[in-house]
Amino acid sequence: MFKILEKRLLADNIYLLRIEAPRVAQSALPGQFVIVRVDERGERVPLTIADFDKSDGSVTIVVQAIGASTRKMCEMAEGESLADFVGPLGNPSAFIKMSDEELQQCHFLFVAGGVGTAPVYPQVKWLHEHGAKVDVIIGAKTSSMLIYTAEMARVATNLYIATDDGSEGFKGMVTGKIDELISAEGKHYDECVAIGPMIMMKFVCLTTAKYQLHTTVSLNALMVDGTGMCGACRVSVGGKTLFTCVDGPEFDGHQVNFDEAMRRQSMYRTAEQQADEKHKKCKCYGE
Amino acid sequence: MANKIPRVKVREQDALLRATNFEEVCFGYDAGEAMLEASRCLGCKNPRCVAACPVGIDIPAFIHQVAEGNFAEASSIISRDSSLPSICGRVCPQETQCEGSCIVGIKSEPVAIGKLERFVGDWSLEHNAKDVAVAEPNGRKVAVVGSGPAGLACASDLAKWGYDVTIFEALHKVGGVLVYGIPEFRLPKEKIVAREIATLSNMGVKFECDVVVGRTITIDRLLDEEGFDAVFIGSGAGLPRFMGIEGENLNGVVSANEFLTRANLMRAFDDDYDTPIYVGKRVVVVGGGNVAMDAVRTAKRLGAEATIVYRRSETELPARQEEVHHAKEEGIEFRMLTNPTRVIGDERGWVKAISCVRMELGEPDESGRRSPVVVDGSDFEVECDVVIMALGTSPNPLLKQTTAGLETNRRGCIVADENGATTREGVFAGGDVVTGAATVILAMGAGRKAARAIDEYIKTK
Repeated sequence: MFKILEKRLLADNIYLLRIEAPRVAQSALPGQFVIVRVDERGERVPLTIADFDKSDGSVTIVVQAIGASTRKMCEMAEGESLADFVGPLGNPSAFIKMSDEELQQCHFLFVAGGVGTAPVYPQVKWLHEHGAKVDVIIGAKTSSMLIYTAEMARVATNLYIATDDGSEGFKGMVTGKIDELISAEGKHYDECVAIGPMIMMKFVCLTTAKYQLHTTVSLNALMVDGTGMCGACRVSVGGKTLFTCVDGPEFDGHQVNFDEAMRRQSMYRTAEQQADEKHKKCKCYGE
Repeated sequence: MANKIPRVKVREQDALLRATNFEEVCFGYDAGEAMLEASRCLGCKNPRCVAACPVGIDIPAFIHQVAEGNFAEASSIISRDSSLPSICGRVCPQETQCEGSCIVGIKSEPVAIGKLERFVGDWSLEHNAKDVAVAEPNGRKVAVVGSGPAGLACASDLAKWGYDVTIFEALHKVGGVLVYGIPEFRLPKEKIVAREIATLSNMGVKFECDVVVGRTITIDRLLDEEGFDAVFIGSGAGLPRFMGIEGENLNGVVSANEFLTRANLMRAFDDDYDTPIYVGKRVVVVGGGNVAMDAVRTAKRLGAEATIVYRRSETELPARQEEVHHAKEEGIEFRMLTNPTRVIGDERGWVKAISCVRMELGEPDESGRRSPVVVDGSDFEVECDVVIMALGTSPNPLLKQTTAGLETNRRGCIVADENGATTREGVFAGGDVVTGAATVILAMGAGRKAARAIDEYIKTK
């Protein structure tokens, strides 16, 4: 069992959970994910790691209540325990293999959207600690949906906010902000990393392709085991079928077939919604 | 005299009824039936059945005790060589091993060794009669990677000899393929697998779930920092193969591993569990092995019309005869000499049919089986909304990638000698991770051999 050390509401329906998982904390690196099972009946849910601390053996995840299992996770209290918490899974971000000299020459642009902002944080933090310059764009529908802005401000060279309704920062999509930074302000970036909803990553890639800016994306495909066994997370990258869990989760975004990835992500949507409805009806959530 | 008695038929759940539930197909013998069947054994002086058993169970000796009604004695004879008789009695391919070599089988039907083993295993589980003598702790630690048949067999022997054994399992439940792969109707999970594995816990074996060796911890750290004297890798062959044909990434195309894991491990067929499963109305399973049979029979039980598509003929089906027979009884359609060429999708990207060609058998290939050849112009479509690929599996490359000095062959299998020693000192391996996908009992045999080699290695280190 894996104890919830801390629980915090970040935005509507989005919670931060800090979990006691010493083995995972010991081995975690930026870019990796975990699989969480809330209880005996829960799904195995893949979630990207939002932070980890070797010294106290804790790993932080950020969960949005969207299905039956994630809703139950968000209903749990500090001191309670998750049934399973396995990881770190997937490959770490490619930049962790770069030397500090190389990193200091490198200017990164991170584009984060929705709960995808959480896994961007440990990557930016790591790069900041290794002397790289990192600009970060965080996008959300409206200012109340923004998460991790204070944490990010501490580790980013420049932090930009983009909201669809203009309630905070740039008014418009993150892609508009990318255009503004590169075209209007003439900024040069060596590498872009985009993490967020599949549709956001698709359009970020279409935008960065215009500038020949190499872009890494972190895919949140469907998974069961997360270790290469099920193949539910198949994704076409450069015309080849790869497994997100063992070959990814980070890929060259300009090579990813996003339309297929989005379609595959919706495969169980109806069934999942039914499971969620069932729980609501039986008042598992005390509503 | 003995072989005048016909083989005692085993009672089974009615085919039409069982095709709608997940209860076990076979009821097994009761004590009277077991004693009668056991009386058919000739008690050969030079028993060919024992030689044909990958773990060398003293078959005539335990059967003799069954015939006498001494079930506890029969149990302790089996437990000298196998900790998992209830499991092996159910899933071993006895027809090609012990029963395939049985002398009685020459003129009559062979003694039902598998069903008798199962009876003894179940009897001792019900009577809590599994008393396994464990030696005094010797203070040496062995880590076992994977809690499937190979790991369990290896851990069981080492624990008997006094080793402090920890089994690391990547999933949230122990048992490996016994839990995620083989369905409930063939191998009950709580009644049999969990209880049989519990006998290992009683022997002092420790289990740690949710640990992916290679990610959560490396083999180097187990040896260098956690004080293990040796490591046994029994991580199986879990990576599914796909055909590489057009349309394979359409919604509705899944690996047998995914389909079975959702049903077995995640209990997606039970409404109380959150994990979804998509079954559709018409399911085509591509492949002819035991996994294909498990997938097609699971799909049938979940309410679909279910069909097997296999590129060779029925005689080449790699699945056990009993499984094919059961599947047919349950109303599974078999399309032999049929090979898929393309999966066809609808405008929303979901499967609507699979395009196939007819095959005919040509010359024997290197495996000795006649290789199928395409019949020109024989293309046709089979309507379906789910396609399950059951084409075999290969070992996970993770351990090779994260363990220095651990060699694998071109099929991705870990290179090990006949005793399980790998190219890395102190690291042993056995089962599917070495051989590629095979059977439960061969994995157990490899696990036991490696246990002896590990004992030898640690004693002489």
